[in-house]
Amino acid sequence: MGEPSREALLDEEMELVHPRTFLGKYIWSQDAKVIAIQYALTATAIGLVALVLSILIRLQLGFPGTFSLIDPSSYLQYVTMHGMIMVVYLLTAFLLGAFGNYLIPLMIGARDMAFPFLNMLSYWFYLASVLILVAGFFVPGGPTGGGWTLYPPQVISAGTPGAEGGIVLMLVSLIVFIAGFTMGGLNYVVTVLQARTRGMTLMRLPLTVWGIFMATVLALLAFPALLVAVLMLLSDLLLGSSFFMPAMLNLGEPSSHEGGSPLLYQHLFWFFGHPEVYIVALPAFGIVSDILACHARKNIFGYRMMVWALILIGVLSFVVWAHHMFVSGMSPYFGFLFATTTLIIAVPTAIKVYNWVLTLWRGNIRLTVPMLFAIGFLFTFVNGGLSGLFLGNVTVDVPLSDTYFVVGHFHMVMAVAPVLVIFAGLYHWYPKVTGRMFHQGLAKWHFWLTFLGTYVVYFPMHFMGFAGVPRRYYAYGESSFIPDSVITLNMVITLAALVVAAAQLLFLINMAWSLRRGERADPNPWGATTLEWQTPHTPPRHGNFGERLPVVYRWAYDYSVPGAPRDFLPQNQPPQAQGEEAPR
Amino acid sequence: MIPSLALISLMMLLLGAWLFRHTWGARPWEVQATGQLPSRQAPPEATPARVGLGVILAMVTSLFALTVSAYLMRLGMAGETPSLRLPGVLWANTLLLMTASVAWQCAWGAARCGQPGRLRRSLAWAGGLSLTFLAGQGLAWWQLTAGGITLQASPVGAYFYLLTLLHALHLLGGLVAWWRAWRRLGRGGDIASGVELAALYWHFLLLVWGVLFMLLLMT
Repeated sequence: MGEPSREALLDEEMELVHPRTFLGKYIWSQDAKVIAIQYALTATAIGLVALVLSILIRLQLGFPGTFSLIDPSSYLQYVTMHGMIMVVYLLTAFLLGAFGNYLIPLMIGARDMAFPFLNMLSYWFYLASVLILVAGFFVPGGPTGGGWTLYPPQVISAGTPGAEGGIVLMLVSLIVFIAGFTMGGLNYVVTVLQARTRGMTLMRLPLTVWGIFMATVLALLAFPALLVAVLMLLSDLLLGSSFFMPAMLNLGEPSSHEGGSPLLYQHLFWFFGHPEVYIVALPAFGIVSDILACHARKNIFGYRMMVWALILIGVLSFVVWAHHMFVSGMSPYFGFLFATTTLIIAVPTAIKVYNWVLTLWRGNIRLTVPMLFAIGFLFTFVNGGLSGLFLGNVTVDVPLSDTYFVVGHFHMVMAVAPVLVIFAGLYHWYPKVTGRMFHQGLAKWHFWLTFLGTYVVYFPMHFMGFAGVPRRYYAYGESSFIPDSVITLNMVITLAALVVAAAQLLFLINMAWSLRRGERADPNPWGATTLEWQTPHTPPRHGNFGERLPVVYRWAYDYSVPGAPRDFLPQNQPPQAQGEEAPR
Repeated sequence: MIPSLALISLMMLLLGAWLFRHTWGARPWEVQATGQLPSRQAPPEATPARVGLGVILAMVTSLFALTVSAYLMRLGMAGETPSLRLPGVLWANTLLLMTASVAWQCAWGAARCGQPGRLRRSLAWAGGLSLTFLAGQGLAWWQLTAGGITLQASPVGAYFYLLTLLHALHLLGGLVAWWRAWRRLGRGGDIASGVELAALYWHFLLLVWGVLFMLLLMT
């Protein structure tokens, strides 16, 4: 590990590796910005795989039995891989790996991450984990089909798809991912704490950095739970131990295991799993806050409250995990406790939502593409959050558990909402990253098709859940409790899903086309205040800020300041320069 | 999960309190003239490497706390009554690890005072004792397995292997740092900060081993 002194991080002479070859610049790069782009491209590629899987799932549900390619085993494999890829390998990697790497050093006024070599390793571990995961498709038996939560004894028992080899690759891939994330996470935390430029106090950090910082702290403390669970599961599978495997009959044969507790796995998994929701949500909260303020030309409402809500959500996210286990036979008192903590966490979350709405209130709202996606996030997050209040109550959760209500809820709050923020962020920072503007028309089509399309996909699922339609079923057959309307609804949902998937092609085409053909971008096209828009070069070069690091005099939300010559004041603009009154 | 919750809550509270101290009363919307800017935002002793080590130790604490929690939950469940007779060699191993920690402390002192001879001797002792500790742990595994407490036969005994394996893996990770320091010493480089971090890491691993050993003894 390189060990720069704190002075070196802040100094103008931080030692940076300046490679001259193509391989050194773009492949084995230690520049956080290149690493961010590597993360983004890899996450997009694996995300597309998960998107194709979701289409296969939808084709089976909308038109059961029509496609011979999808049999019951492969259906379960698609569901499992889709879930795991989207949650861990796309959302976590994109929001922390891509946005974290690009934005942290630029936004805090640093030349690079604190430990650039470790940062590079982090990406290569991530890539390895993705390749190992994808290898699951090519081994005999295919990838695991035990559900993305990988519950034992199901997931490693003979008869479950992928129990031969796919599950081993999934578990190994997760271990590699966690190792890689640890290196990246270490960098994010130390860089935020140590490498802030002069004047960038904690309370002047843009909320994006706060969100990524808190999410990384959560991840560093929560991923060990997944690591332990995965190691124990792997030991049960390969070495014959019985951490999680009870004595049981499997396909009529007694298993060799005895004395393990499957429930223990659930505790460990969800001790990671629930903070994971916030590992994804907190960076999204941060990014959306900055985009709303910038495109509404207004300071964020209640900045200090926003920071403390992030911290509070982070702390509380560790005490709600068992609300995922209400139907596991837990004591009602235990359930009551976790229902209460779940409802309490809604308070700081609601504070954030109110503050976003109040930021928009009487703002000079510009309906740019990033703003459209950010507002789309607000709607979707509120919808998904409200259905979470249903599921947080034990008595409501029990009948709704394992129905499409749950699928609708978590896709709204955990899938569509953060993905809308990823798009908002990509469109917002695309001009800085590439130096080109994207095509506005295509981007607006992309937004409306995605936003409205996902509502057609997920909103009806709540009603299907009320009707008792169970999730994870390959086909419903002649089940008398499934009304015909559900069959029709499933067809409509599938058609909408196809439209949403096609809309993502618009996004990819736009990104690729604009890279060469897009208009040259102004260094600060949105009139933003944060430091990444004040770099001497667009795209920023290695070292970010030219010869001298910027000095910060103000927070990141000086928009529409009365008496100022422009409607924004960059963070590095000294007070005297525009005739502002010197502070008291 | 209570031990994990307690430790993680404690770590989150410490972070929260630190953030509180640095953010409470701030008026972020105010601008500051150049002369009013704080010259530094962290105490000089909080170097990136030290803070990085702190972050790693917090993560490792979480890892061990969760494994211990799993063990305690398993003990609390009905089924096999644990009857784990710990091999006597574990006492000797504990002593070895304690001595290794002392050797690291000596190495740290020698590095600070610029005494290369003492530094080399202390480092050699630290590495040698740690390697012997690992060999001793291997012996304990062998004795337990020979006594019929295998990974497959005893769900509770399996935790012994898991906990000691995790601890040994962390020690091996530390030995990589030791090897780097040793080689750098041979080339005459400055290794004071590396030795300091490694010493702190070893003290932490000794503490973890102490907790694990006591837990295994009591249960």
